Amino acid sequence: MKERDKGMAESIALNASQAGTVAADAVVAASDAAANASEFAGHTPDFSKFKPSEALLKQREWKSRIMAVIIGLAFIVAMIPLISLLWTTIARGVKRLNLNFLSFNMSGVIGGMPTPSGGHGGIEHAIIGTLEVTLGAMVISVPVGLMCAIYLTEYARGGKFAKAISLLVNVMSGIPSIVAGLFAFSLFSILMGPGVSNGFEGSVALSILMIPTVVNSSVEMLRIVPDDLREASYALGVTKSRTIVKVVLRTALPGIVSGVILAIARVIGETAPLLMTAGFIVTTNWNLFSGQMTTLPVFVYQEYSKMSVTCPPSAGFGCVASIPSERSWAAALVLIAIVLVLNLIGRLVQRLFSVEASK
Amino acid sequence: MGQRIDVEHLNVYYGDFLAVEDVNLNIQANKVTAFIGPSGCGKSTVLRTLDRMHEITPGARVEGKVLLDGHDLYGKGVDPVAVRRDVGMVFQKANPFPTMSIRENVLAGIRLNNRHISKSDADDLVEWALRGANLWNEVKDRLDKPGIGLSGGQQQRLCIARAVAVHPQVLLMDEPCSALDPISTLAVEDLINELKRDYTIVIVTHNMQQAARVADYTAFFNLKAVGKPGHLEYFADTTTMFNNPQNEEAERYISGRFG
Repeated sequence: MKERDKGMAESIALNASQAGTVAADAVVAASDAAANASEFAGHTPDFSKFKPSEALLKQREWKSRIMAVIIGLAFIVAMIPLISLLWTTIARGVKRLNLNFLSFNMSGVIGGMPTPSGGHGGIEHAIIGTLEVTLGAMVISVPVGLMCAIYLTEYARGGKFAKAISLLVNVMSGIPSIVAGLFAFSLFSILMGPGVSNGFEGSVALSILMIPTVVNSSVEMLRIVPDDLREASYALGVTKSRTIVKVVLRTALPGIVSGVILAIARVIGETAPLLMTAGFIVTTNWNLFSGQMTTLPVFVYQEYSKMSVTCPPSAGFGCVASIPSERSWAAALVLIAIVLVLNLIGRLVQRLFSVEASK
Repeated sequence: MGQRIDVEHLNVYYGDFLAVEDVNLNIQANKVTAFIGPSGCGKSTVLRTLDRMHEITPGARVEGKVLLDGHDLYGKGVDPVAVRRDVGMVFQKANPFPTMSIRENVLAGIRLNNRHISKSDADDLVEWALRGANLWNEVKDRLDKPGIGLSGGQQQRLCIARAVAVHPQVLLMDEPCSALDPISTLAVEDLINELKRDYTIVIVTHNMQQAARVADYTAFFNLKAVGKPGHLEYFADTTTMFNNPQNEEAERYISGRFG
């Protein structure tokens, strides 16, 4: 090993010396050329003027250190709220988070009194509500958003109509969530009678918020699929539609999946539009299309707005006055956990279909 | 067997810009025809009109005729998708599908078209195409590994295997070796020499030695000035082209006294 290194070092030295002679030749040639050139060009500029001075280099080093400290501090400042939020939610949430809390709804819960099952009510109905409403929103917005993105990237490349759509999508992504809720509420009031409220109505409201995110992220992902691959597919006599489905979408799939997961994570915590559309009940409703449905964010809001219940002296030892706020924190923790699980599923799908992972 | 291509009065446009003007060219069956010429003279553009890949570019269009064995590729009712099954293409940059294994890449032309193929037929086709591309011995033990895991030269031969697996009559190659090292280039050139038994081959190259090595006929494209349309300056068999060209511009280009 050592000898080989030495041999290599020698050969490098040899190459260097050869390069040296070559360079010397080049210098001679260059000076000849310069002598010839000087007849045409004026005098050579004084390059030593452009060299950075010692003081400047010192100053640069200091600047670099100061900036490193500032950037580090900014990172810490950004992390503080995040860690504090997670810590508070976990610390307050775990107190009421148990199987009983996850498997019962709020029916039959009176004040701070324990229920016959031994708990203080639960969020089973809200978990079901959140999952169904979000799934409904996904079923609406993924096909619409994805097809819109395909139209923009594969068919209408930069046309006037495409520009108008892009603009509208960007405007749509700025719609306040309460306005989306109001829209869904009015739409269903017109279609199904005034004041109607059901889970699917909430899905429609959420999908209005979700579609622009899905469109924008999918467009980005489809654009980075190299044109080489489209051409390779066309050159094999494959039609445009099959090229899009089997080559372009397949190649962009991991990115599209992560975009959809991000879009879901954005809408799953929406409260205001769901308060208006999906409503709030204490019992479990499995039917997305009929009757009110509680979702986790709405549950968190409702419980937190109660803050506490009064325990009469006759209530005895089992009555917990602060139970609404405790339930609220536990439900918030469950919501965070669901988003986390969604992210993990997204990662898994990404890894399964990613280009590198198949190596 | 390969088929001949006759190009008659071909004008190629990008939008309003006339890129190549009045090309008349007879490409012999089962021969290698090379397109050479300076950058921007339209050799790749003309190549891409031979399998109707040109019109993928928005605004691009063509006037004139391209006859594949007597049938006009630009005739009424001709499906460009069907044309591309008869006329295969290999690109400058090797472009295997990154999501597919070596085996799937070879079968891409069939699988992407939703045509069913039994496993034994698929095995036969994969071996035949990879042997045809001189790649079988290098990859036969790792057919299920991704195509992009191969070296540049192997990737380019994989693309050739993918192109011949749909069994075209003509194979177009757009500077297939420009991104390859000399050894891989040699492998691809040897392959071209073998492929011309079964296919008519048209190759665009910037490398005149390569044209001299592989081509039976050579077409020299030129342009009068930047911004002016390119045109076919001179067409001859390769020996004449490189030893005794009967065209001043071609002679200047070949002997390196160009421009």
